[in-house]
Amino acid sequence: MTPPLVPLPVVLPLLGAALTLILAHRPGLQRSVSVVGLTTTLAVAVALLVQAYRHGPVVVQVGGWPAPVGIVLVADQLAALMLVVSSAVTLCVLLYSIGQGRGEIGETAPVSIFHPTYLVLTAGVTNAFLAGDLFNLFVGFEILLAASFVLITLGGTETRIRTGSTYVVVSILSSMIFLAAVGLVYAATGTLNMAQLAGRLDGLPDGVRLSLQLMLLLAFGIKAAVFPVSAWLPDSYPTAPAPVTAVFAGLLTKVGVYAIIRTETLLFPGGEADRLLLVVAGLTMLVGILGAVAQSDMKRLFSFTLVSHIGYMIFGVALSSVAGLSGAIFYVVHHITIQTTLFLVAGLVEERAGSTDLRRLGGLARVAPLLAVLFFVPAMNLAGIPPLSGFLGKLGLLQAGVAAGGVLPGVLVAAGAVTSLLTLYVASRVWNIAFWRAPRLATAEPTVRLPALMTGATTALVALGVALTLAAGPLFQVTADAASDLRARTPYVRAVFPGGVP
Amino acid sequence: MRGGAGPTLVLVVAVGVLVATGVTLLLERSLTRILLGVILLGNGVNLLILLGGRSGAAPLVGLAPAGQTSDALPQAMVLTAVVITFGLTAFVLAVAYRSWYLSGDDEVQDDLEDRQIVRLAERNEVPTADLGGEGPDNDPEQVDPGPALRRLRRGDRR
Repeated sequence: MTPPLVPLPVVLPLLGAALTLILAHRPGLQRSVSVVGLTTTLAVAVALLVQAYRHGPVVVQVGGWPAPVGIVLVADQLAALMLVVSSAVTLCVLLYSIGQGRGEIGETAPVSIFHPTYLVLTAGVTNAFLAGDLFNLFVGFEILLAASFVLITLGGTETRIRTGSTYVVVSILSSMIFLAAVGLVYAATGTLNMAQLAGRLDGLPDGVRLSLQLMLLLAFGIKAAVFPVSAWLPDSYPTAPAPVTAVFAGLLTKVGVYAIIRTETLLFPGGEADRLLLVVAGLTMLVGILGAVAQSDMKRLFSFTLVSHIGYMIFGVALSSVAGLSGAIFYVVHHITIQTTLFLVAGLVEERAGSTDLRRLGGLARVAPLLAVLFFVPAMNLAGIPPLSGFLGKLGLLQAGVAAGGVLPGVLVAAGAVTSLLTLYVASRVWNIAFWRAPRLATAEPTVRLPALMTGATTALVALGVALTLAAGPLFQVTADAASDLRARTPYVRAVFPGGVP
Repeated sequence: MRGGAGPTLVLVVAVGVLVATGVTLLLERSLTRILLGVILLGNGVNLLILLGGRSGAAPLVGLAPAGQTSDALPQAMVLTAVVITFGLTAFVLAVAYRSWYLSGDDEVQDDLEDRQIVRLAERNEVPTADLGGEGPDNDPEQVDPGPALRRLRRGDRR
């Protein structure tokens, strides 16, 4: 009943960014503006999810221009669910970074730039989720990329510039591919509105449609760090400040996955690329986790598990069944929360022990018991130990794979199981080395208590991960509902064009 | 100037040349050349978008009959894309300058992992398989956990 809610998740963070930029010299006020902005965004996102679940997709025509001419923002169940999780995670990471800023002053870069950029990043992410228009999706990507460039090179030290330049060039390249694909889609169909495209793309010759699909998948695949184009991620993420790495790991790759889900369901539902996606998904899982096995630094190790588990989501999408898609969406929600938590914990370890290098760590379980608990729960969750949400997500995906039948899905089910076991090996290896063996810390400084806000924010995220387990039943209902809507396509198209597609 | 059949071949070739030179430059190590590559590639893609729309008279009501105006939407998209490319170019320029300022050149170095692997390959060694490697003999926990713990708590491990 209140469609004006839809633009708020984009507008509020942008407004907050402007305000925090003005308030650059008043850190206290700046912090409260950011927190209030993101809290309101979270509340709006929850309201949108309830609305989308009860009454179907909520659509706003920006500026009052009707759909094919103007830009539309669409919050269907998938978009609203992504909004809720992403704003919850960004809020927690913001609180964590505020805690960190208080703990140590000086080293952690100019705070005055951090808040506006962080809010712009949030606006880019929410815009990408809500975009009902291919070009608007591109703009959303660019907003979040531009902000992420600033965040990843924060402070401008030599390492960050080195790794940042790789990240920047790869991101720009993927944007160019995306932009070229957008131009070609327009040339072929004469529209960029996704609801209208859904009909018009079906009418194209097979070859044209397939090449457009592959081009979009390549662009989104780079952003989502899918195997043959994932090598940029483990090198560029770990050097950024802990909260930045955490929010990147949680959200940015998932925006790519979200875009792949949209492309594969709304725009190209025929499943022509399914076999390719299945192969790529399997390779992403195995190559990623084998990379993680070889790592000796916690942050790099988690970057590799991040790449590896993107494979599960692509697997679910490639099955192109309601069950697979539902499992993939559930897995995205689970993985955003868990991966962010693990990077925040790695930040806490660095703060407490002076390093995240496993060769220089040991016995943290005795020195910092709370930290050990905060690591143990999400690590086991990631590995998929029952009854945690990681187990439920993997189980859902593997069941969908078995139900699909055939050789390739069968191989993928086996690869998924092996990846899960290797993840458990990696997680327990970190646990054994960093937390269990004889105490050794990289820093000689006397114990400082970790700032309460940092541990508090991490605890909140761990609790959110556990809550996902407890609420898995209703959540699976929402994702299954979202998946069947996506497969049907009509709810989305009808919401954008109530009077029929022009 | 152009017929109704589609864009002229000259523009299509121009897109091809711009993209090809852009991609070639992107493969370089020096950030300045990468920057030039980004500019060329960006312009090539923008031109490609422009080719996607119908050509004709300026898209203003009253200047030409409704069917003979050009398509305004690709032009609007290109304006947005040009601004975005410009912003990204400026950022790459800033990174290149910062890199030169810090290290004296603007070459992108190999990543950490690559360098480690190359070093191991030169010495023909295998990487340490498991970093946990301490047997029961040198594990102080199994001998006498007490003193280590007390020393650590007081924070005077020196």
